[in-house]
Amino acid sequence: MTAWLDTLLQGIMLGGLYALFAAGLSLIFGIMRLVNLAHGDLIVLAAFVVLVVTTALGLDPFLAALLAAPLLFAFGYALQHLLLNRTLGRDILPPLLVTFGLSIIVQNGLLQGFSADSRRLGAGALETQSISLGGGLALGVMPLLTLASAVAGILALNLLFYRTSLGRAFRATSDDPETAQLMGIDNRRIFALAMGVAMTVVTVAALYLGMRANFDPTIGPARLIYAFEAVIIGGLGSLWGTLAGGIVIGLAQTIGARIDPEWQILAGHLAFLVVLVLRPRGLFPRAVD
Amino acid sequence: MLETRGLTAFYGDFQALYGIDAALGAGETVAIIGANGAGKSTFLKAITGLLPCPPDAVRLEGAAIGGLAPARIARLGISLVPEGRKLFPSLTVEENLLIGAHGRAPGGYWNLARVYGLFPILAERRRVPSTSLSGGQQQMAAIGRALMANPRVLLCDEISLGLAPIVIRDIYNAIPAIRAEGTSILLVEQDIVQALAVADRVYCFQEGRVSLSGRPDALTREQIHAAYFGTG
Repeated sequence: MTAWLDTLLQGIMLGGLYALFAAGLSLIFGIMRLVNLAHGDLIVLAAFVVLVVTTALGLDPFLAALLAAPLLFAFGYALQHLLLNRTLGRDILPPLLVTFGLSIIVQNGLLQGFSADSRRLGAGALETQSISLGGGLALGVMPLLTLASAVAGILALNLLFYRTSLGRAFRATSDDPETAQLMGIDNRRIFALAMGVAMTVVTVAALYLGMRANFDPTIGPARLIYAFEAVIIGGLGSLWGTLAGGIVIGLAQTIGARIDPEWQILAGHLAFLVVLVLRPRGLFPRAVD
Repeated sequence: MLETRGLTAFYGDFQALYGIDAALGAGETVAIIGANGAGKSTFLKAITGLLPCPPDAVRLEGAAIGGLAPARIARLGISLVPEGRKLFPSLTVEENLLIGAHGRAPGGYWNLARVYGLFPILAERRRVPSTSLSGGQQQMAAIGRALMANPRVLLCDEISLGLAPIVIRDIYNAIPAIRAEGTSILLVEQDIVQALAVADRVYCFQEGRVSLSGRPDALTREQIHAAYFGTG
């Protein structure tokens, strides 16, 4: 009984990590209907940026991420402004092709610059600390922080979306880009800001990716798949849905691994397929579109 | 205030406007009438930048604005009430009004309180999603949204379309209050009676050209009939 309860708790906390992977993807798709195939690689890129800041300045990863976040915001803004905005239009193929190409460029650029060695963001004692719940149950501090960051991140994004004039412009542009322009909203700038915000969330995802496990330049695409599944399970365009989607995958993986360690990854994908069959629009689809 | 000279517009290879010369004076209300497909909505799309056109073809207070990005034209003080209202479905009524003020300079007559004063029903329904409004209320919200930008020129595309006569009357009753603040108004209408009643001057479009223009009281029914349908 305790073992199963433990499995559930671990699964929910792992879901926090997947929700962090997925939140940026969900945001970008929600606002500009852009499917960013380079999202996983951008997470890995962000992890290397945090790593470089950590080693260059001798900071701990949290402070390094705080410094890296504005850099990556600017990178996201420029990427959207200079490249991705040019791919958006009635045809959905150009953004797919360009972000696919970007994924290859980022992977190979990182291989060139950092080699294929596995890296890690050292978090010191935090990595192994845990909180005992009694009865043989314990929560790792790191997984707990991951989940808390995912919830806080999505809460912050929701505040941005529903409480600020920038968020209002995000939603209006998402609803109807042509009419939004008639309101004096510059879509290209809005999209660039959205990508900047997404890269800020990606920095947080990268921080936990790097502190919890090893990473190397080639692991991006697998993170992209988890992120996609979380977004689709949750329902396109819903940020809380994305959190729920991440938790569904996390739970499925830990429960699968509990039955047989070989089933971990498979169980996550199966859960995704089951949701697609039962609720093709996801668990929390937006009322509109 | 707003002037077009030899304005042409194309949808791909299809030419929709063949050199439109039209003008809207400061504080003036001008109506554009014409049958379906005459180019009325295309004309508004070209002015607002949604369709490309030569820079000199559209002038706002003498400055060439043709072909600028729609967001820039909106910020210069031209607001469109689009055909079919085009409210943002995931925004509440009040948020739809606020988004209208997105690109405006501070100051100006119109604000939330004054729009609610003009259309009190919107104040009652400010917190509901814009999709739950009736057609007439949606039209009021779309007009309010355009006013929130404090435009120098207000363009209205078919604001009576699909509405009951009594609702149309309510909406047209708001026009004098908008004029009173000095806003120039360009109305595109299929409802000729309504257009003639409110406008200082009328242009009739036919197949992408101006087929008739003048003051409503100087035009006869026969002239309008001929210009509208292309007979006679």
